[in-house]
Amino acid sequence: MKRPPKENEEAAGLMTRRGVVLGGSMVGFMGLLALRMRQMQVTEAEDYRLLAEENRINVRLIPPSRGIIYDRFGIPIAQNAQNYRIVIVREEAGNVEAAIAKVRQLVDLDDSDVERALKEIYRRSPFVPITVADQLAWEDIAEVAINAPALPGITPDVGLSREYPLGADFAHIVGYVGPVSDYDLSKLEDPDPLLQIPKFQIGKIGVETKLEGDLRGRAGSRRIEVNAGGRVMRELSRDDYTPGNDLQLTIDHGLQNYAQARLANESAGSVVIDVETGDLLAMASAPSFDPNMFVRGISSKNYNALRENKYKPLFNKTVQGLYPPGSTFKMLTGLAALRGGVISPEERVYCPGHMSLGGRRFHCWKRGGHGWMNFDDAITQSCDVYFYEAAHRLGVDKLAELSREFGLGQRHDLPMSAVRAGIIPDTKWKAQVRGERWNPGETLNTSIGQGDVLASPLQLAVMTARLASGRAVKPRLVKSVNGIEVPIEDAPRIDVPTSLMNMARKAMFNVSNGRRGTARRSRIVAEGMEMAGKTGTSQVRNITKAERARGVFRNDQLPWERRDHGLFVAFAPYDKPKYAIATIVEHGGGGSSAAAPPSRDILLYALYGDVPPLEAYPKEQRERIKVQHEEMELRPRLKPEKKASRA
Amino acid sequence: MSYLEYKIQTVPTGARKILHANWALILLLAAVCSVGFLMLTSVAGGDPSRWAEPQMKRFALGLVVMMILGMVPIWFWRSISGLAYLGSLGLLLLVELFGTVGMGAQRWIDLGFMRLQPSELMKIALVMVLAAYYDWLPLAKVSKPQWVIPPVLLMLVPTALVLKQPDLGTAILLVAGGAIVMFCAGVSWWYFIAVAASGGALIYGVFASRGTDWQLLKDYQFRRIDTFLDPSTDPLGAGYHITQSKIALGSGGWTGKGFMQGTQSRLNFLPEKHTDFIFTTLAEEFGFVGGFSLLCLYGLIIFFCIVSAMGNRDRFGALLTLGVAATLFLFFAVNMSMVMGLAPVVGVPLPLVSYGGSAMLVLLAAFGLVQSAHIHRPRSR
Repeated sequence: MKRPPKENEEAAGLMTRRGVVLGGSMVGFMGLLALRMRQMQVTEAEDYRLLAEENRINVRLIPPSRGIIYDRFGIPIAQNAQNYRIVIVREEAGNVEAAIAKVRQLVDLDDSDVERALKEIYRRSPFVPITVADQLAWEDIAEVAINAPALPGITPDVGLSREYPLGADFAHIVGYVGPVSDYDLSKLEDPDPLLQIPKFQIGKIGVETKLEGDLRGRAGSRRIEVNAGGRVMRELSRDDYTPGNDLQLTIDHGLQNYAQARLANESAGSVVIDVETGDLLAMASAPSFDPNMFVRGISSKNYNALRENKYKPLFNKTVQGLYPPGSTFKMLTGLAALRGGVISPEERVYCPGHMSLGGRRFHCWKRGGHGWMNFDDAITQSCDVYFYEAAHRLGVDKLAELSREFGLGQRHDLPMSAVRAGIIPDTKWKAQVRGERWNPGETLNTSIGQGDVLASPLQLAVMTARLASGRAVKPRLVKSVNGIEVPIEDAPRIDVPTSLMNMARKAMFNVSNGRRGTARRSRIVAEGMEMAGKTGTSQVRNITKAERARGVFRNDQLPWERRDHGLFVAFAPYDKPKYAIATIVEHGGGGSSAAAPPSRDILLYALYGDVPPLEAYPKEQRERIKVQHEEMELRPRLKPEKKASRA
Repeated sequence: MSYLEYKIQTVPTGARKILHANWALILLLAAVCSVGFLMLTSVAGGDPSRWAEPQMKRFALGLVVMMILGMVPIWFWRSISGLAYLGSLGLLLLVELFGTVGMGAQRWIDLGFMRLQPSELMKIALVMVLAAYYDWLPLAKVSKPQWVIPPVLLMLVPTALVLKQPDLGTAILLVAGGAIVMFCAGVSWWYFIAVAASGGALIYGVFASRGTDWQLLKDYQFRRIDTFLDPSTDPLGAGYHITQSKIALGSGGWTGKGFMQGTQSRLNFLPEKHTDFIFTTLAEEFGFVGGFSLLCLYGLIIFFCIVSAMGNRDRFGALLTLGVAATLFLFFAVNMSMVMGLAPVVGVPLPLVSYGGSAMLVLLAAFGLVQSAHIHRPRSR
C-alpha cells in the first residue's frame, strides 16, 4: 500500500491543522469551564456559602426554666416538676406497634394518646423521637427503665412541667399555666419564638399570666448540624437560657390554707391585709379548684362540673366579685358627714324605724327604730336612719369623694386576673353612665352601702386597713422579684382628723366588743388582740309581699340564691392595728352570723401566725372552736428549705 | 507513511521501549488518579478501605495493562482494530440480550474480579476502527459522501445499542468521539456544519411543537428539560441534585473548606458523591484552586497527546492518539458541565477520578495504545 509522498505530506499537514483547531476548541471549552467555576466559587461564593449553611445548620430553642413562685416565707407555691415521658424512636424500635404493645403491658396508656403518637410517628422521619405518653408517675418510668433492654427504641425521658404543690389554696391568686394555644398566639403580640414550641407552657390566669414577662425567662439556643435527612449530627454551639425570675408573694401560705379551709363550705371570699405595708397575707376564695388539673389538661367532664357548680369555684370572689358593701360602708358615710361638718360627733338623730323623703319611706333594718342615736351608737347598732340623715345633709358627691380616698370605686393594681374597680356612684357618674339626674333618694341607699355601690372584698380590706392606719396604704402582692424587694409605696395620711378616725375605730371596737354590738359574739378575748369590726348584710332581693303572706320572714327560709350576702370588715389588735380583714359570704345571711365568725378566726390565725389557742376565744365558744379546728383539714405550716433549689 | 514503510531500525526494540515511553503522560495520569484516591477517601469519611483502596488496586492493574499494551507494536493494534470493534459490538449485543440491569441502566458482564461494561470498551474500539479506516482511505476520498457513510454507520450502530440501554451519556460520548476522529481525519467542514444546523433545527422544532397537536415529546419529558434549564423550579424534586451540587461547588470559594470538611458532601446533601458528583466534593473541599488544578492536569494530558499526535507521521497512531484524547476530554467536559449546571445530568463519570472499575481500566488501556503509538512512531533520520 504505497502512497505518493505528496499525499502523505498533505495528510499530515491537514491533520496538524485540524489538530490545532481541535486543541484550540478544547482549551476554549476548558476556559469556559474555568470561568464558570470562577463565577460560582469566587463571584457568587458568598451566596452559595449561605445556602450551604442554611442546609446544614438548624437552630433549636432551649426552653428556659420558669421562675418559681414562693410565699412570703419562701414556701414554693408554683414550681417546676420533672415531667416523666415515654419517647419512641421508630428506626430503633423496628415494629412500632409491637413496641408500644409491650409498653402497654407495663404502663397504663391512654388509647387516644397512643393513636395520636402512632400518627405522628409515621408522619415524621424515622429518627425523630416521639412522645407516646407524658405526665407519668415515677413508678411507671422506673418500670420502663428496668425493662429497657427488652424495649428497643423506647426511652424514658424527663422534662419540666409546672406544678402547684399547695393545690387549690393558690388557684385564684397564682392561677395556672397551660400549653400555648392558637388563640393565645393570635391574641398575644409576642414575637418570642418560645411560643412556637409545641406544648410550651404559658400563664393562663392569675399571677402566672400577669407576670408572664418575669416568669418566662429567655430562651437559650442550640445551633446544630443536620444532614440531608434532617438527622442531628452534632451540636455546633450552645447559648444557655436565662431562667425566669423567681417571685415571692406577700401571702402567708399557712394563713391562706387556714382561710380557704375555714370558708370551705361556703361560697365566700376573704382578704387579709397588713394595715401598715399593704401586704396581702391571704386572699381566699372558696370554693377553689386544683390548678394542677389545668396544667395536665382538664377533662371536659371535670371542667363542666366546675362551671356548673352554683358556688362558682372558678370565680375569684376576692377581686372579681363585686357586692354591695351594705353596713360595712357606714364608717365612710359617718366620717364624710363629720368631716363635712354637717353633723357633730355628739349630735343625736332620732330613728323611728324609717325616714321619709320625697314621698317615699326608707326603712331602718330595725322596724321599731333605734331611738336617739349619736355616731358611736349608730355604728355599733348599725342604725340606717342616722346615716340616711347624715348623707342627706352632706350630699352624695362628698361621700363619694371620701369613699375614693379609702380606695373604693378604683382599681387596685395587682397582678391578678379580672381585678375590678367596683362602683361609687355620684351625680357625675349617674349623668355619665345612665344619662340621668341624681335622685336624692339614691343618696340614702348609697349611705348604707346599697343602691349602686359595689365593692370587692379586696377593696373593703384596703378600706379597713386605711381606717385602721389612717394612711392610704396600697395593697401589695409581690414581695420580691429574684430576691430584690419590691419597695412599699409611700402611704400618705388620709385627710380626716385623727380624732374623727379614732371615733370611728372606737365605734368599730364597740361593734365587736360592746354590749349592744352586732358582732359581739365574734369577739377576741386575748388581751392586746381585741378586734374592731363592722358587720354588713347586703340584700340580694327584698322579701316579697307574697312571701311575707306565706309567713316567710327570715332569710334562712328563702332558697339559697336569694338569701342576703353576709359581710364583715375588721382590724386587730384594736389599740395597735396590724391586720385588717374583709370577708363576704355569698347568700350566707347576716354579716354577724355568716361573715364575722370566720373573719375573727382568720384574723386570730394571722395574729398568732398559726392556729390560734382556744384562750383567744370567748369561754362559751371554746368547745365548739376546738371541734371546728379538729374538723378543718389543715396542712401543717411548712418550713422553707435552706436553699431554694431550681428543679 | 504506513507502517510497511517504516525503517524498523529506527524504532526502539526490547526493554529500550520503556525509555521511549511518554513518561510525562504516565505521570499526569498517575497524578489525576491520585486526586481520585484522595477524594474517594474523603467521601468515605476518611476510610480509604471503602472506595480508595479498591480503586488503587485497579489503578495498579491498569498501569500494568497500559505498559504491556504500550510495548506491543502499533501495527498490531492497527491490524486488530476491526476485530476489536466487532468483538465489542458482539459483547454489546450480548448484554443487550442477556445482560444484567444495575446502577440505573448500565449493563455489564461480570468477570469475577470486576464488572466490564461493553459500552466502555466500545468507546475505544470505535476510535480504533475509525483511525484504521482513515489510515486506509486515501486522502482524496475522505470527504466523498460514499466514503463518509461507512464511518457514520460504524458510529451509529453501537450508539443505537447503547441508547437502547438507555445510556444517554455514553451515546453522546460515542457520537462526539467518532465525530472528532472524523474531523481530525480531514472530513469536510460542511458535513459538520450541516449536522449542527439540522440538529439545531430539530431542537427548535421540538420546542416549537410544545403545546400543539403534533407535540414531539411527552409532557413529562418537557418538564425534565424545564428542570434542567432552571433547577430552582423544582428544588426538592428533580432539580434537587443539581441545586445541591451547585451549592456545594459555589460554597467552596477560593480555597475550599478543607479536606473532609465539605459540609455538603459529608452531610449527604450531595448525590452520587463517589461517582458522578465527585468533582463537586473536590471543588467544595479544595475550592477554585483545587478544581482548576484538576482541570489543568486534564489539559496537560490532552496537550501531551496532541503534541505526540502531531509529531507522529503514522496516520493511524496519530488519529488514535487524538481520538483517545478526545474521549478523555469529552468525559470530563460533560461531567464538569453537568455538576456545574451547564448540562443536564446524563450520568457520565469524571474520568480516572470517579469510583468505577471498567471506566478506569478501559481508559488506562486506551492510553496504553497511545503509548504504543508514541513508542513506535516512525522517526526520521
